[in-house]
Amino acid sequence: MKFLTILKVGLKAIARNKMRSALTALGIIIGVACVIAMIGVGKGSQAAIQSQISALGTNFLMVFPGVSTQSGARIFTGESTLTEDDVAAVKAECPSVAYVSPMSRSAGQVVYGNLNWGTSVQGVGVEWPFIRSWNTSDGVFFGDSEVRSASKVCVLGSTVATSLFGDQSPVGATVRIKNFPFRVIGVLETKGGSTVGQDQDDTVVAPYTTVMRLLKGKNKIDMFMASAVSQAAVSQAQTEIESLLRQRHRLMPGQDSDFMIRSQQEIAQTADQTSHTLSLLLASAASISLLVGGIGIMNIMLVSVTERTREIGIRMAIGAKGRDILTQFLVEALTLSVAGGLIGIVLGVGASRFLAWKAHWSIALPPESILLAFGFSAAIGVFFGFYPAQKASRLDPIEALRYE
Amino acid sequence: MVRPAAGAAGVASNPKRSDPAADLHPPPGERSVAAEPVIRTEDLVRVYTMGEVEVRALDGVSLVVGPGEFVAVMGASGSGKSTFMNIIGCLDRPTSGSYSLDGVDVSGLDRDARAEIRNGKIGFVFQSFNLLARTTALENVELPLIYASNGHVAADRAARAMRCLADVGLSGREHHLPSQLSGGQQQRVAIARALINDPKLMLADEPTGNLDTKTSEEVMAVFQKLNDQGKTVVLITHEPDIAEYARRIVVFRDGRVVEDRPSEQRRAASAERPTA
Ligand SMILES: Nc1ncnc2c1ncn2[C@@H]1O[C@H](COP(=O)(O)OP(=O)(O)OP(=O)(O)O)[C@@H](O)[C@H]1O
Ligand SMILES: [Mg+2]
Repeated sequence: MKFLTILKVGLKAIARNKMRSALTALGIIIGVACVIAMIGVGKGSQAAIQSQISALGTNFLMVFPGVSTQSGARIFTGESTLTEDDVAAVKAECPSVAYVSPMSRSAGQVVYGNLNWGTSVQGVGVEWPFIRSWNTSDGVFFGDSEVRSASKVCVLGSTVATSLFGDQSPVGATVRIKNFPFRVIGVLETKGGSTVGQDQDDTVVAPYTTVMRLLKGKNKIDMFMASAVSQAAVSQAQTEIESLLRQRHRLMPGQDSDFMIRSQQEIAQTADQTSHTLSLLLASAASISLLVGGIGIMNIMLVSVTERTREIGIRMAIGAKGRDILTQFLVEALTLSVAGGLIGIVLGVGASRFLAWKAHWSIALPPESILLAFGFSAAIGVFFGFYPAQKASRLDPIEALRYE
Repeated sequence: MVRPAAGAAGVASNPKRSDPAADLHPPPGERSVAAEPVIRTEDLVRVYTMGEVEVRALDGVSLVVGPGEFVAVMGASGSGKSTFMNIIGCLDRPTSGSYSLDGVDVSGLDRDARAEIRNGKIGFVFQSFNLLARTTALENVELPLIYASNGHVAADRAARAMRCLADVGLSGREHHLPSQLSGGQQQRVAIARALINDPKLMLADEPTGNLDTKTSEEVMAVFQKLNDQGKTVVLITHEPDIAEYARRIVVFRDGRVVEDRPSEQRRAASAERPTA
């Protein structure tokens, strides 16, 4: 009963200074909205990256040249240590490996008529569509003879195809990549789905021999991909590739490998860590604005206590105890922060939806992040409201009554 | 009904209430002798220390005020009247000496316990009214009930506050804000607020200090009426003619009681009923 009445007293004080209360709550509103939107963006991109990586296929291995240090970082020392023969040997001698594809990557303008489109050009082997489970929707993929002769043929990703050819079929047309004419022999199926990072369909695929020799003027592949015969065989395949390549590269036991094998899981883990760090960074930046909002509450509460010193004196003179005054001011601070928190949640969810809709960002709104933001704003009210409230409750009634 | 001047000082040196002899043989001529005195202070000292300097605001005050008395405290500025009032009002604690309110020693109580006493047993009226701004007369009067430990239902609170406002002649002004009331009316709202918990003791520190002669009389009439109904009232004033409304006048000088006498020709303001 008494608590309810004191609660009402606190609420009245807020209603009395509407503008000031609104501005004070604004700090919390912005803070909470930022936290929710940032967690949404962070979690969303995390989920998107994960789905993108799992879309690569679960049997998937990548072999990079270079030395891996103990911390897991890859040091690349100029010349690639991987050769086409290495890839062929892996295919021939590792029983757990199903498919391999040498990779040579480049980027450049693809020109058709007066249209041009900048994209990535991936040089791959004939088994690449099996590794990526990615078929052509139009035309065909190239075969061994095109790879052997380094033919100037290419298969377009669907984004590139629509950008340059619209609704028409590009098959049979000739496009220019880095000024070399390439005949389009196929179009890849639309992968779609991914909304963060690269558009997977924004690519051109050509024989790795052509990309390596013609576009990059090199004789070495950048890396290669392999797929295990089954998901269970991934680590077995990894071990087989590792020992075969060490043997081929004549590495002594104890010597570091001059290549590095990453499974889809490891790639996913690394990406997860990266995006986790990113979300943490975003959330902590947003938390700082929440903290600033809390300091705003404390500031206003201190002003309020000073302004109302005489009122506090009157209340004490007629029998209010320290804890009654404490409750009154805590209620005020808590109401400001909780109301700010609730509005902030609405705004934060709204902002996230807006980003998802307008900017096509993938946004995740886990309920626990909403609860967290709400709990946080309440905690801020108590934390930053406590000092001013305690200051009020410890005033000396005689001095407070004399305060002008 | 007038006490002998020496009587007050005599009572102060009487044995404590715990002494059965005091109950069996009350001094003759005492008013409400069977009852406990409302105020009994013994050798009250209050020293303010400001750095090196010590100010003895009260320097051994022994005073007894019985139930139903109406005491005016007078004295020059700085003589310690307000300091005394703060201690008997449980807003402050004496440096030494003892103070019993309504038979209970309260000089050693902590903050919360004193807050409870102020709420239940004491009604304060201040020179500057001390009403809450932007709060209606009714809500101002209800205020002490909010902090009462027994608690009150909202409807009950409002009904009691209405009655107290009627007692001070302010029916019909319940929903006025302090800024919409005259000084005299504001002071009467303050008196109604002081009355709401039916306190043992009404304390007023220069309640007419901010009022003109006419409204002062209105306010004093309320105090007199309350006293006639049996309330114990102690009020501080600078003006001798205001003091004459009381039954007993106590004069302070340099933190001591230097004079304690019945009021000479008690003014009756009861005839001039306040007009709301
Ligand atoms: N908080 C304080 N700190 C230090 N000294 C104080 C304090 N309050 C009062 N005093 C001193 O104590 C003495 C008595 O003050 P008090 O307020 O009781 O006087 P008073 O009789 O009420 O005066 P007035 O008629 O002007 O109200 C004065 O000398 C005053 O300066
Ligand atoms: Mg004074």
